[in-house]
Amino acid sequence: MQSSFPLFPEAASSIASDVDLLYFFILAVSSFFAILVSAAVVYFAIKYRRRHPDEVGHDIHGSIVLELVWTVIPFVLAMVMFFWGADLYFRLARPPADSMEVFVVGKQWMWKVQHPEGVREINELHVPINRNVRITLGSEDVLHDYYIPAFRVKMDAVPGKLTTMWFKATKAGTYHIFCAEYCGTQHSGMIGQVIAMEEHDYEAWLAGGRTTGTAVENGERLFTQLACITCHKTDTSGRGPLLAGVFGSTVQLMDGRKVVADENYLRESIMNPQAKIVLGYQPIMPTFQGTVSEENLLQLIAYIKTLKAPAAAPAAGAPAAAGQPGRQ
Amino acid sequence: MTHAGNNSGSYLDAPHGIASWLLTKDHKRIAILYLISITVFFMIGGLFAAGIRAELLTPAGDLFTADLYNKVFTLHGVVMIFFFLIPSIPATLGNFLVPIMCGAKDLAFPRINLLSWYLYLIGAMLTLGAVFMGGVDTGWTFYTPYSSMASNTNVTLAALGVFIAGFSSILTGFNFIVTVHRMRAPGLTWFRMPLFLWAMYATSLVMILGTPVVAITILLVGAERALGFAIFDPRVGGDPVLFQHLFWFYSHPAVYIMILPGMGVISELVAAVSRKQIFGYSVVAYSSLAIAIIGFLVWGHHMFVSSQSIYAGLVFSIITMIVAVPSAVKTFNWAATMYKGSITWESPTYWVIGFIGLFLVGGLTGLFLGAMGLDVHLHDTYFVVAHFHYIMVGGGVMGFLGGIHFWWPKMTGRTYPETAGKIAAILVFVGFNLTFFPQFVVGYLGMPRRYHAYPEEFQILNVMSTGGATVLGIGYLLIVTYLVASLFKPRNASANPWGATGLEWDIPSPPITLNFETEPIVTEDAYNYIGRAQKAREN
Repeated sequence: MQSSFPLFPEAASSIASDVDLLYFFILAVSSFFAILVSAAVVYFAIKYRRRHPDEVGHDIHGSIVLELVWTVIPFVLAMVMFFWGADLYFRLARPPADSMEVFVVGKQWMWKVQHPEGVREINELHVPINRNVRITLGSEDVLHDYYIPAFRVKMDAVPGKLTTMWFKATKAGTYHIFCAEYCGTQHSGMIGQVIAMEEHDYEAWLAGGRTTGTAVENGERLFTQLACITCHKTDTSGRGPLLAGVFGSTVQLMDGRKVVADENYLRESIMNPQAKIVLGYQPIMPTFQGTVSEENLLQLIAYIKTLKAPAAAPAAGAPAAAGQPGRQ
Repeated sequence: MTHAGNNSGSYLDAPHGIASWLLTKDHKRIAILYLISITVFFMIGGLFAAGIRAELLTPAGDLFTADLYNKVFTLHGVVMIFFFLIPSIPATLGNFLVPIMCGAKDLAFPRINLLSWYLYLIGAMLTLGAVFMGGVDTGWTFYTPYSSMASNTNVTLAALGVFIAGFSSILTGFNFIVTVHRMRAPGLTWFRMPLFLWAMYATSLVMILGTPVVAITILLVGAERALGFAIFDPRVGGDPVLFQHLFWFYSHPAVYIMILPGMGVISELVAAVSRKQIFGYSVVAYSSLAIAIIGFLVWGHHMFVSSQSIYAGLVFSIITMIVAVPSAVKTFNWAATMYKGSITWESPTYWVIGFIGLFLVGGLTGLFLGAMGLDVHLHDTYFVVAHFHYIMVGGGVMGFLGGIHFWWPKMTGRTYPETAGKIAAILVFVGFNLTFFPQFVVGYLGMPRRYHAYPEEFQILNVMSTGGATVLGIGYLLIVTYLVASLFKPRNASANPWGATGLEWDIPSPPITLNFETEPIVTEDAYNYIGRAQKAREN
């Protein structure tokens, strides 16, 4: 890991050195202005020190030219920082399509991780290096925040919705995970480690882990256990909408709105089914709030995402299932 | 100009007795009441700060339990922000100076002014009550759903205190706005007003427009806790992120409530210590308004990783970058004011230079946080803690102390020992930097804020912080000591010890109850040092 007195964090992800570059740019600009103005103030205070008790300053009231100069230059520099920062942010906010997916759930005061292959861990996260990893983040109770300083990534875990973040580790090693959003008594104990491994080490670790079925298998089992299947049938004869192909498609709601069925839509439809009613269906689904944990929810979503639209989409009743699962 | 050594008709001498103070309608006495109360709360907040720094001396959470530590940092924030910083300059220097600088006998609504102090006191007592009943642990930000559903501490009581104190802030702002509009002396046009008045005016706008929103927000949290309202509770369709929008809609502008008055003070001091017209007067005046208005549109920069829409984030980021510009312009104008000035090396100058230095660092580090991609890494780390302390303490408190040192002779009729004043300014400046500069470094390393225990590699930087905080504490205690000691000496301040311009320097120190013997008539711009020198030569 790190020396005992580091002054700068390790850069262990594909984005880290880009974030650092922006940091150094703003640092250089800031230092220039801080030193310029401080030096001017101290210099003036010495050079123009009062020499007689009755002395007054020169008759200078201002200068439009100077005001313009020191309005425009900071403005331009600030805009450079804005665009640079925004570009980085959009890269951080949009996981590449080829990312492998890991589910992370924060709860007071631990991080529970599920790999798609079924391996679970607590407060640790094993990832392969040089692969894009997308984390789908949920919270069981209050706000938390999954923060990996060495990767320069951070995202709030918000109860009631799913958030995402992604990174590509570039250096094998062990790095801190911190909870960065205050969450109560053991907030500073809600920490862990990312273990970034070479691909073959990762595969070996994955194979050695005990599993209780993959996320999709667990989701399928829950789908039956919770009796979802009685209404959401594999054809359009059910009392609930057909779920095959729903993920990523555009859904027509009863109130006239159209929404894209992303993870948050699926989550909301399970936890708070009355919020968005699909056109042509009755609002009869009960809430699964309290019945389904955040982890189970992620498994259900993983399963629903695998349900592919039948070859010929039925025309009546079912939501438009034409779209292929998209990036959303 | 009246010269007064020991005028006996001053506002301090008028009627005596406790009741004459507690029922006073004199804006100057109310300013003193506020000064005493906020000093007490500054010390309470400082004690909590000392607790934080003592705990963080070692990586292990060994001094306090985790729960106690969480209460200590929460109360540090709540007390310092709501009961010290927000009222600090407006309620003390503002109360004292706004009517005098306007050439008026008092504020527009003297009784409402007294009411605002009582509301402040009631709010403060309720929050203190929450402390004695076991404290509160939500952080000063009261984020939901932790505050509304999870915390089992005295959230409701503490929040009620903040709610009530908010009305005191609204009433003060309302009073200042009416006074500035309606009670300026003949000849005192808007663009002859001292810049402190402009700053107070801009601050008052923020107070009356922003404070009601936080009051409503706090009420909703209380309703959710007590009555099970589901505004923020996600289990029944509420949205915890909504709270952050409502909270920061006030609490970001609140930062300008804390810093604009400091900027106003520094504008006065820079002109006075340089004996020179302020450089770019109207630009400095307008920039206060620009900051107050644009400052209302940047709240979402606290929420770049909150799951707020990335497009909303884009808008907040660009406006954040824009609001940095008027602050930069002010700083350049202060520096330019000193160019070819006649600069004294008395104690106020030390505060001016200290303020500019610290405010520069505070303002510039805001750029790091406004740049979205970088904020993802820095958000909720010690970098943010360092940044806002540079603004609120480096800017707000340095401005407050600079103003107190500058106007102390006017307010009390006494002078303080100059050497002690200079030493204190240096101690505060050095101690402050030693406390908070290492926090930028430890923040970029990734140390999250509000951590009771932390990894060992962060220890050396934390030890530096704690050492600096000790120096800072000694500086503050020194100030309290010599200022209080000066009160036990005879009045020795002349009417205008700094040779400054401004209506307040044309009346005795301390002023009479009605401020002016006859209504003043203003015939010149503010900071007309040249004109005054010419007049002196002609005489």
